Amino acid sequence: MPVKAPGFFIEMDPAALPHPFVEFRDVSFGYGARAILDRVSFAVPRGKVTALMGASGGGKTTVLRLIGGQQRAQRGEVLFDGRDVGKLDAAGMYLARRRMGMLFQFGALFTDMSVFDNVAFPLREHTQLSEALVRDIVLMKLDAVGLRGARDLMPSEVSGGMARRVALARAIALDPDLVMYDEPFAGLDPISLGTAARLIRQLNDTLGLTSIVVSHDLEETFRIADHVIILANGGIAAQGTPNEVRESADPLVHQFVNALPDGPVHFHYPGVGIEDDFGNEGGRS
Amino acid sequence: MSWLKPADAGFAVRSKLADLGYGAKLFLRLMVRGAQSLRRFGLVRDQIHFLGNYSLAIIAVSGLFVGFVLGLQMYYALQRYGSSEALGLLVALSLVRELGPVVAALLFTGRAGTSLTAEIGLMKAGEQLSAMEMMAVDPVQRILAPRFWAGVITMPLLAAVFSAVGIMGGYVVGVLMLGVDPGAFWGQMQGGVDVWRDVGNGVIKSIVFGFTVTFIALLQGFVAQPTPEGVSRATTRTVVMASLSVLGLDFLLTAMMFSI
Repeated sequence: MPVKAPGFFIEMDPAALPHPFVEFRDVSFGYGARAILDRVSFAVPRGKVTALMGASGGGKTTVLRLIGGQQRAQRGEVLFDGRDVGKLDAAGMYLARRRMGMLFQFGALFTDMSVFDNVAFPLREHTQLSEALVRDIVLMKLDAVGLRGARDLMPSEVSGGMARRVALARAIALDPDLVMYDEPFAGLDPISLGTAARLIRQLNDTLGLTSIVVSHDLEETFRIADHVIILANGGIAAQGTPNEVRESADPLVHQFVNALPDGPVHFHYPGVGIEDDFGNEGGRS
Repeated sequence: MSWLKPADAGFAVRSKLADLGYGAKLFLRLMVRGAQSLRRFGLVRDQIHFLGNYSLAIIAVSGLFVGFVLGLQMYYALQRYGSSEALGLLVALSLVRELGPVVAALLFTGRAGTSLTAEIGLMKAGEQLSAMEMMAVDPVQRILAPRFWAGVITMPLLAAVFSAVGIMGGYVVGVLMLGVDPGAFWGQMQGGVDVWRDVGNGVIKSIVFGFTVTFIALLQGFVAQPTPEGVSRATTRTVVMASLSVLGLDFLLTAMMFSI
């Protein structure tokens, strides 16, 4: 039985729905003359963990901002559950965002609020729940990320990994359908990194979410992802299951997944030839 | 010389116009949608506490010293004409009409304006404003508007405190130290200061300064480059722009008020 929300259908069984949860159709985007995405098309399947990888500045974070409607595509369509995000008005956009959670790179916790108040923030802003109920929900979400005991700490008192777990609890406070992770592993120690990866997988499966993970960390990301998309030079270099991508024949993907210093992406910044700087072989004898 | 190229001049003018338009739009949003934030008065109250309470010490101390100096200077000038009993009137008029609103606004810029710019700029740099947008909460309404209205409400109160403490300073120097007759000090003040023409004008000035300083501080924080360097530049710009605006507006307002 579908439950009707204003403007959106929420189906109970994700697999029963025909269209992918997020879809890019022929999307282009750039800042000034610099093109970031050039006629990119891909789909994010429902209920899966999709990893978005690629070199720095390759447009991964831009993809998240396009889905969240913080940037508008210059051409093409960005579909969120079948609707073009670029055509939504402000009210429709806010309604769509209530179905998304986003984890920012360093958590982006509100520094003037305690851990508890950070997680309670979306509940207090969007619902009329009593404080007792807010408390229960917040503690449940904090418990899901293992930080129920840290509720009274301020953001300045928690470590980087903990801050991201708090932000994750905040992102899932309103039970979204889609959670986007912007570099969730950057700068974490191995223990925190493993915890974060396990949490992403676990929350996706237990809460029936769709997850998009932007990351540089090959090993950890390949371990938890169902679907991998590699962005390069404004387009898609490869996509498929982690194993398919690992075995891709594309030289750029090969360089990326094997972390080779030289290949299609050069080690040396373009400049004059080495002979011009140091003279011919044999030196200045 | 590249800066003489018409294309560059056109680009500079166009980007300045775009900046002005952006500022005007933000101001309109603060006035229209921000007025809704007054309904959640708790948020505004917290900011009044933050901006007002923490500026109180600097405002009071400065007011006291300005009052001391006014007492000395005015006494020195007045006693030449044998009319030192008018000291209370002169101290009160110069504080209430001019120095109270202006100096309090300049101090408010330095104390509260900079902290607003830095706070908003750092929230932007830490992606807190983006995070709020992604939670379907409008940062202009939730973060900027309560601070804006708190500034508008706080500024006249601080100016009033400044003037009151200043008059006490004038009393200490004039009456207690220099021996002006206390009856004349207060009596002349009471007779010569008009509630609407003098005090009212001062209050109008400080409300206008409250709008100006708070808006400039918030705008600079909101458009700051989201880097440590960008935030520090924005803070500097807040002080420069808000101080100049206060002094410029003060001249305009004074001219208008004398002509009415």
